[in-house]
Amino acid sequence: MHGIEFEIAPASGETRRQPLPEYIEGYGEVRAFEGAFANVGVGISDHRPRRSKSVRPGQTKFLATIEEALDRAGLRDGMTLSFHHHLRNGDHVLNLVMEAVARRGVRDLTLAVSSIFPVHEPLVALIDAGVVTGLATNYMSGPVAKAVSQGRLKKPAVMMTHGGRPRAIESGDLPVDIAFIAAPCSDPYGNCNGVRGKSACGALGYAVADAQYAEVVVAITDHLVAYPASPAEITQTMVDYVVEVPSIGDPQGIVSGTTRITRDPVGLAIAHKAAQVIHASGLLEDGFSFQTGAGGTSLAVAAELKDMMKEAGIVGSFAAGGITGYLVDMLEEGLFNNLLDVQCFDLRAVESYRDNPRHLPMDASMYANPFSKGAVVNQLDVMILGATEIDLNFNVNVTTGSDGTIMGGSGGHSDTAAGAKLAMVVTQLVKARLPIVRRHVTTITTPGETVDVLVTDHGIAVNPARQDLIAALEASGLKVVTIGALLALAESMTGIPDEVTFSDDIVAVVEYRDGTVVDVVRRTK
Amino acid sequence: MRVTRTAKAGTLESNDIFIMVSPSEAEGVTLELQSIVLAQFGRQIRETILRTVAARGVTQISILAQDRGALDYTIEARVETALDRALAEPGVIL
Repeated sequence: MHGIEFEIAPASGETRRQPLPEYIEGYGEVRAFEGAFANVGVGISDHRPRRSKSVRPGQTKFLATIEEALDRAGLRDGMTLSFHHHLRNGDHVLNLVMEAVARRGVRDLTLAVSSIFPVHEPLVALIDAGVVTGLATNYMSGPVAKAVSQGRLKKPAVMMTHGGRPRAIESGDLPVDIAFIAAPCSDPYGNCNGVRGKSACGALGYAVADAQYAEVVVAITDHLVAYPASPAEITQTMVDYVVEVPSIGDPQGIVSGTTRITRDPVGLAIAHKAAQVIHASGLLEDGFSFQTGAGGTSLAVAAELKDMMKEAGIVGSFAAGGITGYLVDMLEEGLFNNLLDVQCFDLRAVESYRDNPRHLPMDASMYANPFSKGAVVNQLDVMILGATEIDLNFNVNVTTGSDGTIMGGSGGHSDTAAGAKLAMVVTQLVKARLPIVRRHVTTITTPGETVDVLVTDHGIAVNPARQDLIAALEASGLKVVTIGALLALAESMTGIPDEVTFSDDIVAVVEYRDGTVVDVVRRTK
Repeated sequence: MRVTRTAKAGTLESNDIFIMVSPSEAEGVTLELQSIVLAQFGRQIRETILRTVAARGVTQISILAQDRGALDYTIEARVETALDRALAEPGVIL
């Protein structure tokens, strides 16, 4: 939600479960969240100098093993190593590198991983052994998230956003010593792309800031081609070393064959209502821009939009984000002029990204960094978001489950909510007895001041800051209820959940996209 | 009253609860509850099951409940059906 730049936005922290500490051991001084745009558009942000060494003609970058790359990179205790998540739950690179790292006997490393998946389970042993003591990530699920929730990582994990991570890397808040690029295709001189080879994953947007700003950059590939690799999404000017391994990933886990629209009638009904809200908002006109996740209900909203756009003859400007085959279909049918893609979610998206010049790359900084001269999220009309919980002030939790265990993270949630003209949360009101609308969310991920509307199977609630939207929806005959009414309805079905009890130990710090602390995650009792 | 037969109701689908009741050697109601929402609703699910059993006058029974996020009316219905089946005349299939 934007368009309120000249008002002092209310800080959403007042509904935090507990006040923030001023200092967190293993993290440092806490700069508390002050409002979504408090630090944006004011003053000038610092950038870390981009360091580069020079390479002589004839010098080789191609190394035989990961071990040799670790030697050349000067791996030592306390370093920060970075990885990106385009290979998702099929990624072999992080585990391969960390296996070699562990054999070195180094300790106290911080890993900056754009997202962590169940496949990264071997990290747990390294956390327990003190090889890895710090973690910065935008999303985590599976055994590593569980271990962090249990307080097994020495320092609190830092949960960032997709825009906050490149901001932190570029500014020096998160200085990276060695960046590892999982490269589905590379030449021996370090030109990399994600569109060729057996592990093709498409866009490499999350790896770009790492490649630009790390002290040492190592590309790891399982598809080495003759110089020059084409296209070169990450170029030879950024890469120090190239290593070839038998496999960087499992194609089954990298991209799903298909992404499906939900067949659940409740999900379809929510999507239909969401599309009506978009229509009523007045944003659905030529030049319309849109982003959605790959969840079944979110895709169903895209399907509804597609029909509405066709019927009304509307041509949108772009759809952005992680891209699915569904959005590729809309591009090819002429419903959008362009796609802006930071990561491909399925094979159809990979092929389109490779072959269609209107399917454009965007790196994570261009996508969502608040401290740049303009992120793509600022150009979004409508963003469709999910929620694990949402409170009476529209603060959203997508970081922890209702039992307090970490099971996700912002990813681009906070970034897109802040940028889009209409940030819409779509969800069932109750999921497996859990009321999604809560008095207090377990963890604040996305501040409520950036969330405009909640669409559920039991009604639509609009953020009271958006009286214009309430008026527009009511003028279109859509019924709007208060979020308090949805809370009451949800609790009448489920009963009031017992409070989960937490210890004082902080296991993760949730950073907003500008680097301020929006909340912390404490260990459950 | 006590049950003399083992009976089941419900499924392991999301939003449902699976109930198995069986004869108990000892006086009283023993309840083993597993739930995906144990932290938030374990207490309330337990109360609902015990209340439903008590309403039928059953005082000696062993109950296994595997909950997948069922709401109270589902829990009551599954427990009642399991009890109906356990208490039915021999040869009657409910």
